[in-house]
Amino acid sequence: MNPFSSATRMRDMIRAIRGCKTAAEERAVVRKECASIRAAISENDQDYRHRNLAKLMFIHMLGYPTHFGQMECLKLIASPGFPEKRIGYLGLMLLLDERQEVLMLVTNSIKQDLNHTNQYIVGLALCALGNICSAEMARDLAPEVERLLQFRDPNIRKKAALCSIRIIKKVPDLAENFINPAAALLKEKHHGVLLTGLQLCTDMCKVSTEALEYLKKKCIDGLVKVLKDLANSPYASEYDVSGITDPFLHIRLLKLLRVLGQGDADASDAMNDILAQVATKTESNKNAGNAILYECVATIMSIEDNSGLRVLAINILGRFLSSCDNNIRYVALNMLMKAIALDCQAVQRHRVTILECVKDSDASIRKRALELVYLLVNENNVKSLTKELIDYLEISEQEFKEDLTAKICSIVEKFSPEKIWYIDQMLKVLSEAGNYVKDDVWHALIVVITNASNLHGYTVRSLFKAMQKADEQETLVRVAVWCIGEYGDLLVNNAGVLDVEDPITVTEADAVNVVETAIGRHSSDLTTRAICLIALLKLSSRFSSCSKRINDIILHHKGSFVLELQQRAIEFNSIIQKHQKIRPALVERMPVLDEATFSGRRAGSVSAAASTSQGAPPKIPNGVAKPVSPPLVDLLDLSSDDIPAPGSSGGDFLQDLLGVDLSPASSQGTNQSQKSGTDVLLDLLSIGTPPAQSSSSTFDILSPSQGNKSSANVLDTLVASASPSVQSSSMMDLLNGFGTSTLVPVAETDNGPTALTYPATVAFESNSLKVTFNFSKEPGNTQTTLIKAQFMNKSPNIYSNFVFQAAVPKFLQLHLDPASSNTLPASGNGSVTQNLRVSNSQHGKKSLVMRVRISYKVNDKDVLEEGQINNFPRGL
Amino acid sequence: MGIRFVLMVNKQGQTRLAQYYEYLNLEERRALEGEIVRKCLARTEQQCSFVEHRNYKVVYRRYASLFFLVGVDNEENELAILEFIHLLVETMDRHFGNVCELDIMFHLEKAHFMLEEMVMNGCVVETSKTNILSPIQLMEKAS
Repeated sequence: MNPFSSATRMRDMIRAIRGCKTAAEERAVVRKECASIRAAISENDQDYRHRNLAKLMFIHMLGYPTHFGQMECLKLIASPGFPEKRIGYLGLMLLLDERQEVLMLVTNSIKQDLNHTNQYIVGLALCALGNICSAEMARDLAPEVERLLQFRDPNIRKKAALCSIRIIKKVPDLAENFINPAAALLKEKHHGVLLTGLQLCTDMCKVSTEALEYLKKKCIDGLVKVLKDLANSPYASEYDVSGITDPFLHIRLLKLLRVLGQGDADASDAMNDILAQVATKTESNKNAGNAILYECVATIMSIEDNSGLRVLAINILGRFLSSCDNNIRYVALNMLMKAIALDCQAVQRHRVTILECVKDSDASIRKRALELVYLLVNENNVKSLTKELIDYLEISEQEFKEDLTAKICSIVEKFSPEKIWYIDQMLKVLSEAGNYVKDDVWHALIVVITNASNLHGYTVRSLFKAMQKADEQETLVRVAVWCIGEYGDLLVNNAGVLDVEDPITVTEADAVNVVETAIGRHSSDLTTRAICLIALLKLSSRFSSCSKRINDIILHHKGSFVLELQQRAIEFNSIIQKHQKIRPALVERMPVLDEATFSGRRAGSVSAAASTSQGAPPKIPNGVAKPVSPPLVDLLDLSSDDIPAPGSSGGDFLQDLLGVDLSPASSQGTNQSQKSGTDVLLDLLSIGTPPAQSSSSTFDILSPSQGNKSSANVLDTLVASASPSVQSSSMMDLLNGFGTSTLVPVAETDNGPTALTYPATVAFESNSLKVTFNFSKEPGNTQTTLIKAQFMNKSPNIYSNFVFQAAVPKFLQLHLDPASSNTLPASGNGSVTQNLRVSNSQHGKKSLVMRVRISYKVNDKDVLEEGQINNFPRGL
Repeated sequence: MGIRFVLMVNKQGQTRLAQYYEYLNLEERRALEGEIVRKCLARTEQQCSFVEHRNYKVVYRRYASLFFLVGVDNEENELAILEFIHLLVETMDRHFGNVCELDIMFHLEKAHFMLEEMVMNGCVVETSKTNILSPIQLMEKAS
C-alpha cells in the first residue's frame, strides 16, 4: 500500500480544514483529528502510522502542537521500508529539534542508515543529520560522514558535505579531520558537489585558521580556474539561468574567494584577473547576472586593495543605484554601506542619489538609504544633509517619521558646528515631529540651551514663534514652556536680539497665554502639565502684572485628579500668596546644567555608585527626571545604591524647585510625594496647623526624625518610604515655616556662603549620647573643614573605653586626631572633644556626609551606636 | 547558514508550507509568520522584494496566488535568493505541471521532499531540476 497517494483520509482532513469558515471551526476539526491520531498511537496502529504522521505534519504547519507524534517518527525511522523511513525522517526534521532529548534515541537508527546499502536511505539519514544534529550526535557520527564524503554517488557526497558543515559548527574541534576531504571536493565536476564543497570550505575557514591557511596555499589557483571555466562555459541547459550557467555556483565561488583573499595580498593578486573578467563581462540585464555582479563587488571590496578593481566595483554600484529596478537599488544601498568604510569619497559622489532614495515610496529602500545617509554625514556636509532630511520630515509618511527623527537628532547632536545651528535644527524637528522625539533628546536640548547664555533670548523667542504654529507637538510644548518659564523676561523685553531675528512684540499676557493653553490641552500629559505649573510659578515672580491671573490658573489645578498636580498647585498657591518674600529667590533661574555630566549619564556610563565618587551630581532639566540641586543629590547619593531612579513623572519638580535654594529638608517632601501619596494628602489638609517641631533648634528642621534613635534613620526611612508620620511634620515645616523664626539659622547658612563661621550642629543624638560639631575653615583652603566634635553623656553612668569612629564617601578625605579622653563623665558633667579634618574634593558641588560609630562600655557592658550625619551646613 | 526558513503562503495569509532551519517554538513561529506575512502582503508589486524584519531579511516573490517567502541572514545575497525561489517554483512546475496552492496542500510531503533535495541546513544543495526530482520520481515509480 502506498502511504502517499492513497492517503485518502489525509485528503479528507485537508478538505475538512479548507472548508472551515472560522478559526474556531478549524480548531474543532484539528482537535478531532488529533484525538483520533492519539488513539491510533496508543493502539500502536502500524498500518496508518505514516499517514497519521503526514497529517500531523499538516497540523504542525497550521501551528498546532504535535509533540505527541514525536515517538511515531522514531518508530517509522526504525522500520525497514523506504517510504516509512522517508516520512519518518521528514517528520523528524519538522516536528523535532536538536534540543529535545528524544533525539538521542534516534542516533542509533541514523548510524545504521548511514551504513545502509541503499544509497537513498543513506541520503535520507544524511539529510536529517545535516538539519538537526546536536553536538553529541556530531561527535558520534562524524566518522561516518567523513567516509561518505568520498562515496561513489555524487548525490551522497553533496549531502555529506552539508552535513559536515553542521558537524564542524557544532564541534569545531572536528574541523581538522574534514580539511583534506573538503579540499578534494573542490576538484569535482558535479555542480551539486562543487556547490556544497565550496560551502563547506567557506564555513570551515570560519572555524579553523588551519583550514584557511591550507586552502589559501593549495586551492586558490584551482578555484580561479573553476570560476574561469564556468564563466566561459558554453550553454548548459541543465544549469542555465537566463543565459548564465549556474549563477549559484558563481556566487559560491566568489564567496570562498572572498574569504581566502581577505587580508592576503598574494591570494588577492591571484584572483584579480578573474574578478575583473566577471565584473566586466557578466550580463547585467537579468537578475541572475546582477546577483553575480553583486557578489563580485562584495568580494572586490573585501580582498586586499587593488585600486583598479575598486573603481570598477564602485562604478557597478553606481549603475545599480541608478537602476529603475527597486531590488537592484536596494542591494546597491546595502553594498554602499560596506563600501563606505573603504572609500568614503567614492560613496559621497552618489550622495544626491542616495538622498533621493531616502524619499522613496518603498519602506525597505528608505530604511537602507537613511542608514547610509547617516553614515555619510560629516562636518562638511552636515548642514546641507540635515536641511534635506528636515525638509523631507515635513512630507514623510507617519510610520517613517520616528526613524527619521531619531536619525536627524543623532546627526544634529553629533556634528553640530555651533550651538545656534543645533538649537535651530532641533526646533525645526520639534515643530515637525515633536511627538516622535525621545525624552533624552529634548533633555539634551535643554542642557544645551541653558549653556548657551547668549542665546537664551533668541531661543525663547523662536520657541514662542514655533508654538504659534505647531502646538500639538508634545516635546515642543515642553521645551517651549520650560524656556518661557526660565527666560520669560527675555521674551518680553526682547533682550539680546540677534541680527538674524525678526523682532516680535510679546506681552506678558501673551506668554502666560501660551502656558495656559498648554496646561489646558487635553493631549498634554502629566510631565507637560507639571512643567507648565513650574513655568507659571516662575512667571508669577517675573511678570508681576500677571501674578493674579497666574495664581488663578494654578488654583484651577487645586482640584486636579492627578495627585501630583493637585499637590503642586496647592503648594505653589501657598508660595505665591503667603511667601512673597522668598519667592524671587525660590524661582531664580536654574543653574547652568553641566553638559559633560549629562551626556555621561545619557550614555549610561555613570552608575549610581560612580557618581558618588566622581563628584558632580547628575543634572537634567527642570521637572524632568532627576533632582537638580547638588546638596540634595549628594544627600541621597550617599545611599544611592538603594535609591530608585525616579521616573520622568514630573514628580520631582518640587525637589528641583525648592532644591535650588533650600535646605535638604525639601527632599523629604519630594520623596514623600513620590512614595506615600495619601499621607501627603493628609499633610496638605492639615496645612494650617502649627508645626509640632518648629520650636526647637535648627537640627529639628533639618532632620526631623531626631526623635528616633539616630539621624541615619532619616535616610533609611526616606529610601524605604516608611514612616510618613515623621516626615509629615517636616512637610509642614517646609510649607508653613517659611519666614518664621525657626528657619532663620538655616537661611543664614544658606544665603550667606561667604560667612566663614558655621553654626554648631548636633550631629548625633540618642537617649544616652549627644554629639555636637563645631566647624571652622582653614584660611586659604576652602576644601578643608576642621571639625571639633564634642561628646556629651546624657546618662547617669560613666562611659569608659569611649571610641568614636567615622567613615566618609570617596570624594571626602578624613583625618581623625586622638580624642581628649576615652572616659566620658556621667550626666553631662564634662565632655570629651576630638578634632576631625575633612577635605572635600567636590567642594561647592557636594556637601559633607559621614557615617559614625561610637562604642563605649557602660556598667561593664559594651554598647555600640551607629548613625549617619547629613545635616552639615552647606558650603563645607 | 544562509537560509533560515522557507514559507509558502496564500493571498489570505494562510501558511501552506513552512520549513525552518533554526529552532523556533510554536508561539514564536506563529507570531513570526503572522508578522512577516502581514508585512509582505501589504506591499505593492513595484516595491522591492526585500523586507527587513527583526534580525531576518525576508526575500519574497509572488506567483499567482502564492507567496514564496525566504528568510535569510545578513550575509546572504538577496538577488541569489530570488533566483532560488524561481528555481523552486520551476522545479515544482516541472513536477506538478503549473503548480498551484492545492498541489502543495494535498502533496505537502512531496513539496517537502523537493525542498529537502534543494536546501539542507540552510544551504542550497542542488540547482539542477533533474537531479532534484529524480529521487522523487523514482519513489513514485516504485509505488
